Amino acid sequence: MNDRINEKLNQQPRAWIKRLLTVVVVAIILIWSSTSVEYKGMSANGTKLAGNILKGITSPSTDILFNLSTGGVAYLLLETVCIALLGTIIGAVLSIPISFIASSKIMPKPIAWIGSTLIMLIRTIPAFIYGLMVIRVTGPGAFAGLLTMSICSIGMISKMYIEAIENLDISILDSMDAAGCTGFQKIRYGILPQLFASFMSTAIYRFDINLKDATVLGLVGAGGIGAPLIFAMNSYRWNDVGALLLGLIILVLVVEYFSTKIRTKLVRG
Amino acid sequence: MASLYDKIFKPKTITLENGHSVTKKASRFPLILLILLVAIVGSAKITGFNITTLVENGSKFFDILKKIFTPDFSYWDKVWQPLLDTIKMSVMGTFIGCAFGLPVAVIASSNIVHNKAVISVIRFILSIVRTLPTLVIALIATFIFDLGTFAGTVAISIFTFGIVAKMIYENIETVDMGAYEAVEALGGSKPRAFLAAIFPQIVPYYLSTCLYCLEMNLRHAAILGYVGAGGIGLILQEKIGWREYEKVGTILFMLFCAVFILENISRYFRKKLV
Repeated sequence: MNDRINEKLNQQPRAWIKRLLTVVVVAIILIWSSTSVEYKGMSANGTKLAGNILKGITSPSTDILFNLSTGGVAYLLLETVCIALLGTIIGAVLSIPISFIASSKIMPKPIAWIGSTLIMLIRTIPAFIYGLMVIRVTGPGAFAGLLTMSICSIGMISKMYIEAIENLDISILDSMDAAGCTGFQKIRYGILPQLFASFMSTAIYRFDINLKDATVLGLVGAGGIGAPLIFAMNSYRWNDVGALLLGLIILVLVVEYFSTKIRTKLVRG
Repeated sequence: MASLYDKIFKPKTITLENGHSVTKKASRFPLILLILLVAIVGSAKITGFNITTLVENGSKFFDILKKIFTPDFSYWDKVWQPLLDTIKMSVMGTFIGCAFGLPVAVIASSNIVHNKAVISVIRFILSIVRTLPTLVIALIATFIFDLGTFAGTVAISIFTFGIVAKMIYENIETVDMGAYEAVEALGGSKPRAFLAAIFPQIVPYYLSTCLYCLEMNLRHAAILGYVGAGGIGLILQEKIGWREYEKVGTILFMLFCAVFILENISRYFRKKLV
């Protein structure tokens, strides 16, 4: 019995050289990367500030939390949701043609390559630069935020759309051909049902992310809850920060809960 | 809700040839479409969506874009150092975040820890860490640790931690528990059983998640620097402030190259892992 176990053990590939090498390489990379991270200690009153932040955030100021006017948390959140919703929808619609162009299963290779490079370019430019460009068109405000969000959404959404398109089961089309379906019927009953669920699911997922990333828009003054949040942080009004964050976190968690439910339902059909 | 809808719009009854009858529920599609339309119109009102502005001023969008796409490459030697800083920051932050993420993920998975209270507390904390916007974490980090790469590393670690922990505990909950129970039955302690039976199952997924986070963090780095947390975002902010969009173009181009290279390396390793 023992011999057989030992025999089996000896047959195992000796992976330790490879593992050791991996560990050494990772260690070298880590040491190299730690060279630029200089710890200068906490800032002069870092600990005191950390205490203040914690105290402020845990006791949110109730007067803007329950304020129903345009400066209150409720309205800001509503505006953020509206920006994220419309931004996601526009982005999702714009992504459809782009992802069809970029999917190598449908288009010839060179065109697909151009499409996927375009998507990568869109993804690399950070959101606030889009914000700056859009503000020239619309001026600051929620409209600018909406357009920025739609552009930013295109990158990720089309990347996931492409995956859905490449997973299409083409053999269904052949059987529909055999059954004598017209071209329109093939698209309506053969392709759309396959794509619809995953397209919707992607869009809902992106809506989640957009809601979470809405603060970035505040950097350039493009509407929503971001700008008040950043102003409050820069002027050390931690109670206001607490109220705004509390609202945002609750909103994001609630939306995440429902969107996960809808998405599981969509996937299971 | 669902049953109410069925009461208002009666399901269609179809009698089959063999005498059986089946009911087909009325499609929910019109209702969903209606809700969506109302939401879209409402949002358009609140956000001040205005198509005429878009058409009239649409061309101004390309003003900056044109400058960005004519990068001033003589500037590249000033971009090197911050770009390297950014990469180092992302690597270090990802590593720290992933290292802390694994043990916490173990405590948060319901098939290993059976104490409901512990699990729900940890999951609650994790979801708060995840929902805190990146920008807020970065800003707070710069307040506490001064401007610079250290604050950036801390910020990256924190949000990497949140994401990694969640993805890993979801993965741990789907592993095959047979081997774990076998080791426990042979008298192995819980940590030993975990290391011997579950750890090998999650390692590929764990490493692939770490690589994925690294990619994502490099992208996020631009925002980090914008609030003063070091790296490439710092010069990006400076050049945007001075409206030198050609130089912004150079910075973005180099960031793009770095992301492209890193993404391909990481994709290669992730394919090998999974």
